[in-house]
This record gives sequence, structure tokens and C-alpha cells, in this order.
Amino acid sequence: MNIARIFWLVTFAALLVSCRREVRDFHTGGPPKVRQLKGEPAAPDRYFSAQGPQMEMERNAYALSEGKRLYSNFNCIGCHSNGGGDIGPALMDARWIYGATPEDIYKSILDGRPNGMPAFRGRINETQARQLTAYVRSMSGQARESAAPSRDDHMKTTAPENSVDRQMPKPDERPKL
Amino acid sequence: MTTHENSAKARLVDAPTPEQREEHRKKLMRTWSRAPGLLGWLCTTNHKEIALRYIVTAFVFFLLAGILALLMRLQLSRPDLHVLGPDLYNQVFTTHGTAMMFLFAVPIMEGLALYFVPLMIGSRNVAFPRLNAAGYYIFLSGGLILFAGLILNVGPDAGWFAYPPLSGPEYGVGKRVDVWSQMITATEISALIASVEIVVTVFKQRAPGMSVDRIPIFVWSMLITAFMTIFAMPAVMLVTTMLALDRMPHVATHFFNPAEGGDVLLYQHLFWFFGHPEVYIIFIPGTGLISALLPAFCRRPVVGHTAVVLAQVATAFIGFGLWVHHMFATPIPELGRSFFTAASMIIAVPTGVQVFCWLATIWTGRPQWRPPLLFVMGFFIIFVLGGLTGVMLASVPIDLQVHDTFFVVAHFHYVLIGSAVFPLFGALHYWFPKWTGRLMNETIGRWTFWLFFIGFNLTFFPMHILGLEGMPRRVYTYAERTGWGSLNLVASLGALFMAAGALAFIYNVMRSRRCGEKAGDDPWFADTLEWWTSSPPAPYAFLYPPVVGSLSPLWTDQNSQPVVVGLDAKKREILTTTILEALPDHKHEMPSDSIWPLLLGLVVGGTMSSIIFHPLPFVIGVGLVLLVLFGWFWRGGEPQVLERRSPEIEAEAA
Amino acid sequence: MNGQNYNARRRSTFLAITKPAVLPAVGIILAGCGRAHSALSPVSPEAADIARIWWIFFVVCAAVYIVVALLVVGARWCRGNSNSTAGIPPPLKVEASQELRTERIVLWATVVTALILVSLLGADLWVQRGISPRNDDPLAIRLTGHQWWWSAEYQDPNPSRVFETANEIHIPAGRSIRLILESNDVIHSFWIPQIHGKKDLIPGHPAEISFRVDKPGKYDGFCAEFCGYQHAHMGLIVVAEEPAKFEQWAQAQRTEAPPSLTDSQKRGREIFEHASCSLCHTANGTMARSRVGPILTHVASRSMIGAGVLPNTRENLAAWLVDPQIAKPGAMMPPNELSKADLNALLDFMETLK
Repeated sequence: MNIARIFWLVTFAALLVSCRREVRDFHTGGPPKVRQLKGEPAAPDRYFSAQGPQMEMERNAYALSEGKRLYSNFNCIGCHSNGGGDIGPALMDARWIYGATPEDIYKSILDGRPNGMPAFRGRINETQARQLTAYVRSMSGQARESAAPSRDDHMKTTAPENSVDRQMPKPDERPKL
Repeated sequence: MTTHENSAKARLVDAPTPEQREEHRKKLMRTWSRAPGLLGWLCTTNHKEIALRYIVTAFVFFLLAGILALLMRLQLSRPDLHVLGPDLYNQVFTTHGTAMMFLFAVPIMEGLALYFVPLMIGSRNVAFPRLNAAGYYIFLSGGLILFAGLILNVGPDAGWFAYPPLSGPEYGVGKRVDVWSQMITATEISALIASVEIVVTVFKQRAPGMSVDRIPIFVWSMLITAFMTIFAMPAVMLVTTMLALDRMPHVATHFFNPAEGGDVLLYQHLFWFFGHPEVYIIFIPGTGLISALLPAFCRRPVVGHTAVVLAQVATAFIGFGLWVHHMFATPIPELGRSFFTAASMIIAVPTGVQVFCWLATIWTGRPQWRPPLLFVMGFFIIFVLGGLTGVMLASVPIDLQVHDTFFVVAHFHYVLIGSAVFPLFGALHYWFPKWTGRLMNETIGRWTFWLFFIGFNLTFFPMHILGLEGMPRRVYTYAERTGWGSLNLVASLGALFMAAGALAFIYNVMRSRRCGEKAGDDPWFADTLEWWTSSPPAPYAFLYPPVVGSLSPLWTDQNSQPVVVGLDAKKREILTTTILEALPDHKHEMPSDSIWPLLLGLVVGGTMSSIIFHPLPFVIGVGLVLLVLFGWFWRGGEPQVLERRSPEIEAEAA
Repeated sequence: MNGQNYNARRRSTFLAITKPAVLPAVGIILAGCGRAHSALSPVSPEAADIARIWWIFFVVCAAVYIVVALLVVGARWCRGNSNSTAGIPPPLKVEASQELRTERIVLWATVVTALILVSLLGADLWVQRGISPRNDDPLAIRLTGHQWWWSAEYQDPNPSRVFETANEIHIPAGRSIRLILESNDVIHSFWIPQIHGKKDLIPGHPAEISFRVDKPGKYDGFCAEFCGYQHAHMGLIVVAEEPAKFEQWAQAQRTEAPPSLTDSQKRGREIFEHASCSLCHTANGTMARSRVGPILTHVASRSMIGAGVLPNTRENLAAWLVDPQIAKPGAMMPPNELSKADLNALLDFMETLK
């Protein structure tokens, strides 16, 4: 039956797409599992590859919402406000002092940056850092829209993360270190 | 009061000869049959085909939701089990509740109504046949959205009433609640369509002579249900749309955001303003089924016909005045709570009237203990218990203790399964010969009943005790030290019995459809007009539509059954009558079969499922709907002439 | 445990007559209803009033049910025709006089139904009036629901005497308690079956509930409104104590965490302050000052961990710290990677938080 085969294919494709967005991974202890290619050892930089766990998180609604929760719980708001920036730089625009790639942001969170950004290594686990990274990127529209958080139940002046225009990060403005 | 004699416009003509009848039959067959093949199947506007699709589809959803119930009972059978886990369990119980309420209970009753209302009132189709077909396709798309969602891990997980903020944009992560809210909107569009159909059909298409006091109770119950639906469903469509707008990217309204002046209690009021009448939208058709089964199997009309009908009307009115008893634990002023307590108790009076009338029917009748009547007995034993726990729940102090516990779970399963599913199974056994021309096997029928009845009580009776012992509903597991384990195990075993009952029923249907005992046109010698046609009925239903002279037309002298002649057999013509006295009013031509209803269903379903992701498809969808309607009403899509001309009514010697 | 005695003392004369007659029949069915979280084992005047109205409704409804069920089953026995294959008889001729008599019976049954309902309504309103808010110098506690735990702040006119705890509240027996209920996120519902009915915690709608517990003991409570993944594990324990004992407990709760003495405790405190714990938790007397998770100043004095998930033992606490997601999947607390020595040190420190 041809129609049946097409039906199953479509179902399966939809399954893969939506699984990625809707899965709730509660067991978030160690480093995320890396999808291993044939014969290739898993290397840390694969975390940030196009199919790596970091990108998966930017397509996963639960990971992004967890990132949003952590952003407020760990008081990122204290310096960065709701993304518009305050004593810390803005996170929802196209300008990135220390780089806009997930890897850069991940490093900024874990290792800190000069002039006030504290290091969170040893205080938060890797998964949390990745969830935060994914969420921070969603603030400037880098995450998948259908997975990004919607408005929250607070007074807020910024647009929800799933409704912002995507900002194309400007070429590297990294200060010489 | 009114028969054809005092209809000024009617005149008597000679009875048609057998040759004329045969020729008439051929013409009618040509006019009313659908085109052969897949396209004809998709284009059909025959209410009998559409209604059967409703019934079969809704029954499939019932089985799917039943499988989900088995999964839940598996998860809860022992303490601290992790078969499903909280994430999947929440999706499963939400989908179970949503499917049972919106995809099974309401649509299957609509299906029965769309099938039997026109037959019982002696008409050839429902009022708007194309709209009717579109309604089915929209319902189907709603159901597919829900179950596709569950399979794709996007199953709604906030409970079947999806209270914000849990279902709101911040805590209802992902697209799961959007699937729920769009699916509700779609199925309620279809429910409204079916209701409009039924109201207009009952008002305008009754056989001449079927004045208001001669309408069968089943038809009354469906009419009342349709009115309730028309008043209740807009509230839930409104509230799910508000929820969807709160969650939608680029829209993100603040209806239910307390920080921006929204109110989460507003949601609860709007939802239960629909949600409580919903219970009666399911219950009243059940009473209609009971009232259709009892005369046939007790061999007498229902005692107190008028009282039963008025009780149903009263139930419908009071049913809109007690929604707050779902919200007694929220901040509600004392006096308000007392009012809703009183209303919740008062509604037991009309229900009592009906139960007493039915009991009197059995005691004064000559009951035939065939499977359908067994299911009616099951209805009494189960529903009355659920009704009485309902009286308990009306009391604010008691409600505050058992609200949102397994006691309530037990209560509403007793009410809904008792008042809807048991009569439904009875009715399916009763009307099976109408659809297939064959009887269902009685021995298996009895097995079905007893398995289902015993299983039901094993499953749900212990839940009363669990609730009193403090087990909240919607928990995915419980600790061993709570001591809830043994009763939960009993409940889970009972669920297996129910499943066995359902399997027996399916086996019976499959088997009897092919090799059941031949039934003839009227195996039960019942009193209503649907048995005056052939089994299964022809597309045109009645060779000559009947004229009605009493409440039980098939039990009165049939030797001179008057019929309507003079309807053009080359057109899909029906006779419309006046609302109260059912005097012939005019002839009305029904539209032809059409593909447009299917396209409308596809467009609505596609729009509903894509605005889950973005508001833009709504704009596109509206445009497409306009296009489809343009094609729908293009000339040739005819309802054409409304002839204000009386057809001849003739006294025919049978 | 045995609230039945309490109920007996408050039993009305009506029940004194009816209950013994009904109890044997329903005793078997309701045999289970004596546990520490049964709505029918009341320990407060409020719950006792509710239990009393429950029994009134139960007796009346049971009687009605028995009558209806007898009518149904009786019809099967008295009006049955055993031979179902004999074919269907013709319809009965209904005689108008007979019909009128039947309808009169239905009418009377309806009148009786209405009378029963009106008297039940009266009884209900009467009892409901009796359950009024308490104004006799109640102890005010602000109880806040979170996904999936409770925080409780004991109010006092003197701000320095205000203190906070989580998931386990102690109350003085015999004194009125006024709970101010708030929610921090979604809707929860406060419910201690033996003490009172439910009250919802709704964002934007602060609510209150008041009661008095006369019998010292430990009573289980639950969140009764579906609130997400761990709705099942959102337990609240109420410990009712003699007033003197309660005062002692309250005084202890106001103190700060004791100084760490042993090396292991000192190492534990360092981990607590500088690793993940302090990002979410508070322990007065340490540097941990975050308000995200439950307050831990006196965590060792509580009987359960994780809002009723696990009994508070050293092994369970260790398992919980390493991976809370096993016992409570979806909970907000992340797993923690700790070496065995660090874990032991942390446990040593947390055990001092009495």
C-alpha cells in the first residue's frame, strides 16, 4: 500500500521534528549525550556542532524554558535586566562583546568575563549552563521560534522570546585581551 | 389536536398502484443516491452516512481513550510505579478526559441524533445536508489533531480543563496546550453545526400531524441538547481562543496574566459556564435513549410523557445555573456559594421525576429482558448512585473535602458512564438491526453487559473510598505508606473487566454484521417511525413520508396509514411543516452532493492545526474559507425554489 | 490516628440514633477510612462539622439508593419473563385511570424527593454557617505554594520574631490558626483532610482559611489542584503540638544555623556556601541567601525531604542530593556531582541544621 507507506513516512518525520521540541529531559546531571557519528570519537566541540546537544536545546521548548527559569533564579536579571541590559550588556541585540556563538556564550557563563561577569563553573552543572546559553540566544531570536518561550506572567516591557525579530550578530567586536 | 383532516391545504387522492410505487421507488433511488466510488463517498450529504461516520469515528476515539485509561490504571495499580512517568502520565490523563468528553460523548450522541431524528420525525434528510457533512469533517480534523499530538509527544498535559497559569504561556511549555485549545475550538464548531441542524430539522421538517405533543422523547432530548449546546459551546470556544491568544507568538495577550490586569479565575468561570451544561449535554441524550428503549422493551409508552419532557427542559435551564459548584474552593462569597448549592440540589428534582417515570414504565409494562433492557437496568443502578454522590457534592462543606479527589473521579464516572455509556450500549444493540438488517448476538450481549457492569463497579466504586481517604486526583503515583495500594489494585483489575466487555462488544458487532440473525425491518415491534423504513434504510428513507396521528405511530392502527404524496421524486424534495402544529408549510429542495464540505473541513482543520505555530495561517485560513464558501454557494449549488404549495396527503390502504 | 473518638464526642443526637444502625452495613465498605489522612477521622472542629454533615448526607442518600435499587432489581424478579425467545408481545393497552394512578405515585415520589432535598439543603446551610472564620487571636501563617513545595512564614507583630520554614508546619494544639494562602506560580490547593476542606491558592487572589486542631499529632496534607509534573509529590505535614512544645520549636526555628565544629562539617559548610546549594537555598547564619528553593536553616528537624517524597534519613538525603530527579522527576533541583568525601561532608554539615 503506497498511501500507507507515505502516511507512515510523514508521521515519522513529524515525530522526529516534534520530539525534538517537546521532549522533557529531566535527568540533567552529567554532560549531555553527544550523537556519535560512525567511527568518530565524541569530542567536546561536537557539543556545539549543528546536530550537537547544544543545538538540540535551542530547538527544545523545555530546555529553553528551563534556561529562562534559571536566568531569573540565578539573578542574571540583576545585571542584564530582561535582556535589555543594565550594568551588564544587553543580550537581545546584535552586539556581542565576547562572541555570539553558543560556545562563546557557554564560556562566558562558566568562566566569566572581565569587568563583572562572574564565573559559574562549579556552581551550576553543564546542562544548566547549556540551557542558559540556549535561552540567552533565544533572547535575540537565535533559537527556533516554535520552541522559544512565550510571554511570562509578569509585568514586562520586552517582547516574548518567540516574538522577537532575529538579530544577526555583528562581526566580531571582541576586545583585544 | 391536529391531524391531516384539519389541515386546510390537504386533500385526499387515490392510493398509488403497485406499478406506480415501483416507478416512484426507482426515481427516488436515482435522485437520492450518491455517486459511486471514492469521490461519491467523500461528497455524500446523506445524513445517514454522515451520522454513521460520526458514530463509528466517535466509537474509535472511545476505544483509544479507553486504552489510555488502561495505561493510567496500570500506572496506578501499585504504589511508586514508574511505568509512565509524570510527563507521559499527564499527557495520557489529559488526552483521555478530553477525548472522552469532546470526541466521544458529545459527538456520538450527535451522531445518533443526526441519524434518528430525521427518521423519527419522518423526514428524508437533515435541514442543511452540506453543512452537516462539513461538520463531520471538522470534528474529524479536531480528533486527529488531538491524537496526532499525543503520538508526537505534543499531547496536552494540563488536564481536560487546562487551568491557567499551568496551561498558560509561562508554565505550559511547548505547543501541547495549543494542540488542546485548537482541537476544542474545532470540535465545538462541529458541535454547533450539528446543533443547528437538529434544531431546524425538528422545528421545520416534522411529518404532517406530528404536533409538539406527539414528538418522541428521544427527539425532544436531542432538541433540548442542541439548544444547550448553542448556549454553552460559545463560552468554551471563547475561553480556549483567549488561552490560545495568550500563548500565541506575536500576539501574546494578557487575558489570564494577573500581573497585567488579567484574571485566572475568569478562565474558570467561562470554562465551567460551558463545563457544567456539558455534563447535561451528555446526560440528556442518555435520557432520550432510555426513553426510546423503554417503550420498545416494556411494550408501553413511557409513563408521564409530558412530565419527562418538561423535566428535561427544566434540567436544561437549571443546568446553566450551577457552574460555580466546580469552584467552591476558590474565593467565592458565602451567599453566592449557598445559591449554587441550592441550584445544584434542585436539579435533582427533574432528574428524579424522570427516574420515577421510567421505573413506573417498567413496573406497569411487560418488560422484555433482552440486552438493551439490561443496559437500562445498569443505567439505573449506576447513574442513581452517581446522582446521589452529586447531591453530596452540592453541599459546600462536603465538596471542600472531596473536591479534586478520587471521590469526584468516581462520581463523574458514575454519572457519565451510567447516564451516557450504558444507555448508549443499549441503544447500539437496539439500533444495530436498523443499520445492518441483522440482530446482534444476545448471549454475547449479556456477556458484554455483565463484564462491563461488574468491571465498572470494581473500577470506580473503590475510588469513592480512596477520595475520602485523601487521594487527590491526577497524581501519577502515590507512596506505599498512604495505604491506597490495595483499592487501587482492585480498580485496575476492574478496568480489565471493562476492557473485556468492550472487546466482547466489538467481537459481537464484527460477527453479527456478517452472520447475525436476519432481523427484518422492525425486529422489536417498536413504536417510533424509524422502524417504518426498511433496514438498512434507503437513501430517501421513506417511499412516501408518513403522516402522524399519535404519539406511538406504529402502535396505532396501521391499516390506514396516511402518507404524503406529491413530492417530486426527480428532485431532492422534502416537506416542511409549521413549528407547533406541524401543518404542511411548503416544499423545499435539498442541495445536491458536493465536495465543498470536505474542502471546508480540510481548510478549517489545516488552519486550526497551523495557528498552533503562528498567527499568520489564520489570515490565510480565513481567505481560503471564503474561497471555499464561494465555490459552495456558486450557482448549481442550489437550494433552489421554495414552493409555497401544499403536497397532497393521501389515505393509503396498506 | 483515632479521630473517631473525637467525632463521637461531638456527635449530634440525630447521629447517635442513626449511626449505630447504619454503621455495620457501611463499616465494611469504609473500613479503610481511619488512616492519618482520612477526611472522616477529623481532629478539628471544622473537619468534625464536615464529617457530621457527610454522615447525614450519607445516611439519607444510602436510604434513597437502597429504595431505588430495590425497585430496579425487584422489577427484574417480579416483572421478568424468563422466556425471551418467545417473541415480543403486542403493546399493552394503557388505561387512562390506571395511568392516572401511576402518575400520582410518581408525583408523590417527586414531592418526597423535593422534601428530602430541601431538608438536606437546610442541614447543609446550617453546618456551613457553623464553619465560620476564627477571630479569637489566631496564629497567622503565610503559606505560599510553589511548584512543588510549600513555604510557610510565621507572622508576628515583632518583625524579629517572624520566621520561615518549608513543607512541614508546626502549630499549637487548641489555638486558632489563620493561614494566608498565596501562590508563587500556578494554582495549588491546600488540603489537610483531617483538619479542613480545601482552599485554592490562586495567583492574584490571596485567600485565607482558619481552623483549630485540638488533638496533638501529625497530619498529612496534599496539594489538591493539578499543578504539573510533581503534583503527586507536593505533600505538606502539619504537626500539632502542646503549646509549650510548639513555643520551644518556634524559638528554635528563629535561631541561626549553629557554627560548624568538625573539619568535615566545616568542609560541608564550604560546599554548601560555594557550590550549587547557595544559588537557590537559604540557611540563616551561612552565606546562602537565595530565595528560590525551600529554606534549609533547620532542615534536619523535618521528617521528610522534597515535600513528602522521602523520609529524612542520611541515606535518603544523600540520594536526594546526588540526583533528586530519580525520586521526583521534573523537580526544580538539579543533580549534583559530588565526590564521596564531599557528599559525606555536606551531609555532616546538613545534619547540624537542626
